[in-house]
Amino acid sequence: MDTLLVPPAALQRRPGPLWLLAEVTYRCPLHCAFCYNPVDFAQAGPELSTDDWLKVIREARALGAAQFGISGGEPLLRDDIEILVREARQLGFYTNLITSGVGLTEARLAALKDAGLDHIQLSFQDATREANDLITNTRTFDLKRKVAAMTKAAGYPTVINCVLHRTNIDHLDRIIEMAVEIGAEYLELANTQYHGWAFLNREALMPTAAQLAEAEAVTERWKARLGKKMRILFVTPDYQTKKPKKCMNGWGEVFLSVTPDGLALPCHTARMLPGLEFPDVREHGIDWIWHDSPLFNRFRGTAWLPEPCQSCEDKDKDHGGCRCQAFMLTGQADATDPVCPKSPDHGLIDAALADAEKPGTVRPLVFRDPKNSTRLARPF
Amino acid sequence: MSPPRPAINRLFRFQWEPAQQAHVLLYPEGMVKLNQSAGEILKRCDGARTVPQIVADLEAAFNASGLAAEVEAFLKMADAQNWITWNTD
Repeated sequence: MDTLLVPPAALQRRPGPLWLLAEVTYRCPLHCAFCYNPVDFAQAGPELSTDDWLKVIREARALGAAQFGISGGEPLLRDDIEILVREARQLGFYTNLITSGVGLTEARLAALKDAGLDHIQLSFQDATREANDLITNTRTFDLKRKVAAMTKAAGYPTVINCVLHRTNIDHLDRIIEMAVEIGAEYLELANTQYHGWAFLNREALMPTAAQLAEAEAVTERWKARLGKKMRILFVTPDYQTKKPKKCMNGWGEVFLSVTPDGLALPCHTARMLPGLEFPDVREHGIDWIWHDSPLFNRFRGTAWLPEPCQSCEDKDKDHGGCRCQAFMLTGQADATDPVCPKSPDHGLIDAALADAEKPGTVRPLVFRDPKNSTRLARPF
Repeated sequence: MSPPRPAINRLFRFQWEPAQQAHVLLYPEGMVKLNQSAGEILKRCDGARTVPQIVADLEAAFNASGLAAEVEAFLKMADAQNWITWNTD
């Protein structure tokens, strides 16, 4: 019978997502100027309910997702994350809480641990009270150290993320020293990616080439000294390295993010892209969203790539770079990421880098808060 | 002091993944997919069994002999990857 002659390959579906990131709220007690959230977050719709999230968690796990991240905004501002963690953990997810630590009390930590939370990633902004409080526009420095001690006492490995930028990168030696003092097992030093608020503040945040070279040298010295005691990951800034990144390991290949108001995205920041319909998790199942939605297929693989990417030998390595970066810089979501020297728009990157070297320039920061969000009313 | 017994590092979680049809190690923001022999060895790294006991156990389970070298080489690699720690209590 003809129906039996369907080639087996056509019956095999692509793998499901490995990662489910639940951005449960855009609310945040910090006001970091380097936040990647959309600038117009204040205009987002109402937050998903607990039941909506439970449905998303179950559907993503059924597709094979194994990593569950809860992020935001500050996820601890929701009072139901213990419920989400419990369900995710019970289904076999490895559960990660990505938090500033603000709002993490002993009671809350005990409840999360009881729910089966596997891992906490704590963000630090700087090594001194003044600098931390400046970039976050809050007074939270002492609290963060307290929270780090608390999670360690609860038996969690201490995993710290620190975003690097022009105003804290010169303190890197002290930042790493502080991570050692609090007994961190893992330190991620992530150079700012210019999305959302970070793009808005790019001039104020971009380090000079000399600052960056010094930071790399400092990191290497500490790495040699610490060995396995504390792992340090230094995430290079793609503006400076001029290497387009295979964003999210490929569009629609491993990563699924859901916004506070229920939009499913192939990366944290894709909701800024124009002309795309973002599927709502209340209206569609995760299976359809992942496999069949136009959004998740729009930039999947490499067939859609423009020149010079299409004939480039690196196209499978980088998939043409970051879609959001291409859009923010060129106005075209399907352009070659301008950080690539082969991009016809690469001059935009050189201009931004040259600008970072200009001494004496006034570089004011716009803080991420609802008032600025409403006033600016733009995606980035 | 009792002989060292390998255990899964607390930074990792070891489990069977139906979607992958494989044992995996899950860790903060990542996953290692294990082949069958790696999965069978790590399944026995419970902090109670010594390496010779793990070898004997595997040889009995798979009706094989002479697995010691393979097990030891894997555990050496697993140690370098930080997947296991050694219980000496």
